[in-house]
Amino acid sequence: MDEIKQPLLIKKGAEAHLFLAEWHNKIVILKRRLPKKYRVAALDDQIKTYRTIHESRLMHEAKKAGVPTPTIFFVDVKNSTIIMEFIKGKQLKQLCNEVSEKKRIQLFREVGRLIGKLHKYGIVHGDLTTSNMIQASDGKIFFVDFGLSEKTRELEARGVDLHLMKRALQSTHFRYAEKCFDAIIEGYSNVLGAGEVRNVLDKIREIESRGRYIAERRR
Amino acid sequence: MEKGKTRDGYCLGIESTADDFSVGIATFKGEILANVISAYIPPEGGIHPREASRHHAEVASKVLEEAFRKACIKPRDLAVIAFSQGPGLGPCLRTGAAVARALASYLHVPLVGVNHCVAHIEIGKLKAGAKDPVTLYVSGGNTIVAAFDAGRYRVFGETLDIALGNCLDVFAREAGLKQKPGEPFGAIVEKLAKSGKRLVPLPYAVRGMDMSFSGLLTAAIKALQKGDYKLEDLCYSLQETAFSMVVEVTERALAHTEKKEVLLTGGVAANRRLQEMVRFIAEEHNAKFCTVPSEYAIDNGAMIAWTGVLAFTHGITTPIEKSYVRLKWRLEEVEVPWMK
Repeated sequence: MDEIKQPLLIKKGAEAHLFLAEWHNKIVILKRRLPKKYRVAALDDQIKTYRTIHESRLMHEAKKAGVPTPTIFFVDVKNSTIIMEFIKGKQLKQLCNEVSEKKRIQLFREVGRLIGKLHKYGIVHGDLTTSNMIQASDGKIFFVDFGLSEKTRELEARGVDLHLMKRALQSTHFRYAEKCFDAIIEGYSNVLGAGEVRNVLDKIREIESRGRYIAERRR
Repeated sequence: MEKGKTRDGYCLGIESTADDFSVGIATFKGEILANVISAYIPPEGGIHPREASRHHAEVASKVLEEAFRKACIKPRDLAVIAFSQGPGLGPCLRTGAAVARALASYLHVPLVGVNHCVAHIEIGKLKAGAKDPVTLYVSGGNTIVAAFDAGRYRVFGETLDIALGNCLDVFAREAGLKQKPGEPFGAIVEKLAKSGKRLVPLPYAVRGMDMSFSGLLTAAIKALQKGDYKLEDLCYSLQETAFSMVVEVTERALAHTEKKEVLLTGGVAANRRLQEMVRFIAEEHNAKFCTVPSEYAIDNGAMIAWTGVLAFTHGITTPIEKSYVRLKWRLEEVEVPWMK
């Protein structure tokens, strides 16, 4: 860890801080999970350790699924820190407000394809939001923040994953949330096929109806 | 008052979504003149909706009378009647709605159907002096993290299954604890948790911005039945795990929205440990920690009366034929024109 030079805090997240730093003559991102004052130490250690190991492992595995993620260089469990590749680009959260509708649909179709690849491989991201997707300068979309990911093929987990994506769109881009989600489903079906998409859409509907206080629930 | 409304007046609010029947009286200026609450405590088990509604019908006139007496006003002084239209338990909601309709038509004043969750946020803002907070609303029936955006209170995170308060209550019942008037299950669990020291590993289930408590409850009950752990340690672990989950989600909503206030409300808001945890994240994000006196944090008529005032003074009334109860009325379905 001594090789880290000039760490510069670039993002104060709710869970972790991201630093831009130099490490072995490379510009890297340091993701450090912070101790949470509100949690008792035992629970805090348990959560930080679990998420640090898990995140690095699944971020690496996502590459095998064909989903671009920052390359992991070093995992320091004791300090709950991951050292990873720095992706230069723009968050989709920002980008999708700046592009034309046509471009936006294309972007989200690609997002859907990537989610499809992840799910097909057996990973659910767990926190699909437009803040956790970065378009690099070469156009590739990188998925970041695998802190809540899980390895599972369960339909339920995949449904929840997509349901969360939908919810995230509704809360941050509610003006065009529906169209974007349709584009995601289109991309998703390109990878998993129409049959699987029907299953997952049914599941999403079921999850939503199971949700609290939905008027349609009784139908 | 708001533009175009110079008239002052009184609003009576009826709350009956679950086990409490309550009547509150508020002035249009936001003074709470009365807030009378009658709680139904089941002899055993959880709340049976029909039995709770029977209690509400029995105490309704007594609670109304007491509210008028406390407020020192007469029924004909009222300008508007508000009632909690949902979400909640059908029979309980219907009892309150029937009382509200009867009063409104007898007195020839308008009726306003109020969303229970909106009311919790509004009374919290009024009593804690908050303007635009991230709200953590935790009770026996709801677990919601919400914040205002574009005309409505948006739900940032919520439970995917049971409410946090429900999780604590069922655990307490399974452990053979008994609640008393003035000492609900939550308070008993809190007291036991204080002498707990050992953290029993329990499932921590935050999924994106949503939370799940049913697995946590099952695991805690299984650990209890195994008999390997002290009840104090289990209460402590259950609280620490469940509270950490809601606080984590609240912190994320705070970081995301960059709001400058955090409001903690609902029945579980009375828990000191939870208050402490929410205070930590408020400090961390330079936000003001706001909490509400217990009588305004639990289900209460005053919150319905005050939200009725806000709605009525912004031109919202509910015609009797549209005053049917809405069991699954979501927070984000409600427009809140009084927020800009």
